[in-house]
Amino acid sequence: MSASVLFDAPGPKAKVRNRIYSVVGTAAVLGLIVWVVLRLNEKGEFEGALWDIFNYSGIRENIFEALLATLKAFALAAVLSLVFAVVLCVGRLSDHRVVRWASVIFIDLFRSIPLLITIFALWVGVVGDMTPFWALVLGLSIYNGCVQAEVLRAGVNAVPKGQREAAYALGMSKTQVTAGILFPQAVRSMLPTIISQLVVTLKDTSLGYIILYPELLYSARLIANNTPVNGTYPFVQTVVVVGAIYIALCMALSSLATWIEKRGRRAKTGIVVAAAAEPAETPGVLDAATPLGPTVAAEPAKPAGPGGPEDGPGRPDSGPSGSVGKSD
Amino acid sequence: MNVLTDNLSLFREGFIGTVELTVVSGIIALVLGVIIAAFRVSPVPPLRVFGTVWVNVLRNTPLTLLFLVAFFILPKILFPDMDSFVLGVVALGFYTSSFIAEALRSGINTVPMGQAEAARAIGMSFTQVMRVVVLPQATRAVVAPMGSIFIALTKNSAIAGSFDNVDLFNVAKTLSNDGYDIAMIFLWITVAYLVITYAINGAFRLLEHRMEVAR
Repeated sequence: MSASVLFDAPGPKAKVRNRIYSVVGTAAVLGLIVWVVLRLNEKGEFEGALWDIFNYSGIRENIFEALLATLKAFALAAVLSLVFAVVLCVGRLSDHRVVRWASVIFIDLFRSIPLLITIFALWVGVVGDMTPFWALVLGLSIYNGCVQAEVLRAGVNAVPKGQREAAYALGMSKTQVTAGILFPQAVRSMLPTIISQLVVTLKDTSLGYIILYPELLYSARLIANNTPVNGTYPFVQTVVVVGAIYIALCMALSSLATWIEKRGRRAKTGIVVAAAAEPAETPGVLDAATPLGPTVAAEPAKPAGPGGPEDGPGRPDSGPSGSVGKSD
Repeated sequence: MNVLTDNLSLFREGFIGTVELTVVSGIIALVLGVIIAAFRVSPVPPLRVFGTVWVNVLRNTPLTLLFLVAFFILPKILFPDMDSFVLGVVALGFYTSSFIAEALRSGINTVPMGQAEAARAIGMSFTQVMRVVVLPQATRAVVAPMGSIFIALTKNSAIAGSFDNVDLFNVAKTLSNDGYDIAMIFLWITVAYLVITYAINGAFRLLEHRMEVAR
């Protein structure tokens, strides 16, 4: 055990004490697990017949279809939210005050309303009749589009000012500068954060349960309700299976974000990659100084790699850790 | 306009419900989060593993799934006959605790190693190092993320409203079933949420401002 901020490298006494804590801790954790398992066993949740339902091809098909429904909503919402994000981000950075303010109000408003309320309002019909699928997809796209727009903006603002100035000096047009210089670097530096927000999108597809869209959770409940085994409804079993699917999907996506973050730190492109943290939630209509990513800012000191904050004069705050959302 | 004036007491009930859900689950999340964060930075390997698993599993689970566990499994297996408020608050609190634990841990990580080393070198005891050097700095780094976690918690509490709790979402649902125009309901519910989230945001801004020091 090496030293950390909190404690020094342990001496002989501390080693003994840590060993005692380890034994006690292991016992406590194991005790908790054993207690839960015993309770489950007492209620007969481990009976083979209850778990056997997953051998029926009908139930497997149900789960598979539900998984597809979840993934379909996620894929569409992901694409639409990114499209929304680009539009809103361009509007947010526009030179025209009206466009800028409209984007700011839209972004801040929909970021501070609970996503469930947006989805519910769309489903009930705030803008005409809508199937649960489209209410879910549109709600997810609007909400996540707003969050992703702020992420993109943080990325654009993290591009060193000299790049933009140099591009304008070369005679590039505004569109060329935005599309050719700023956005590629913004996307690259914010990719881990963007993917982390996609994980949130994936998790939030489960809100479809509440508006009766037949995604994984809803189907899990249907299966549990419709397949009683000897008078017991297999809730525990279906939730365990569906939960495992969700956790596996989300963890796969999260680890992709972490991998890209690590890879980006190694790369010698001079673009500082943001942490794979979820962007923070901050309301603040017309409050441009609101930092987007305190979670980003709270990251441990970035390694002083190429393009890092310590990269010398001329790039005083090139890292997203310093300049996120603070430069307008 | 008359959606609000006709149902003022219902709106008040929903507003108070959302605030109650947020406050109680916030306290649970804070207590659990501190414990789990302590586990994660402790020199005791089994506790560290427990903390890591806790954070990774809860952060990657949809909150709705946790609500399903709380409402359909918890009463059946462990604690029968629990109030829907308690169940909702437990689900929200457990979910949020993983985010709080992560925020606390990264706050501690912002304290440079040299600070603790210097403190130890001048002979400070463990409690002194914690109280005088590490925790004050870590707290400052943690305030802002905490604020956004509590705002997220407020918004997540809407899910509890769809599981038999009286809160703003529940009010929206009730009024929509009563046949009021969803656009007006949506407007007023939004205003109510904005009030809560801005209050939290303001409080944390104030806190941040109070604790600010020149570094």
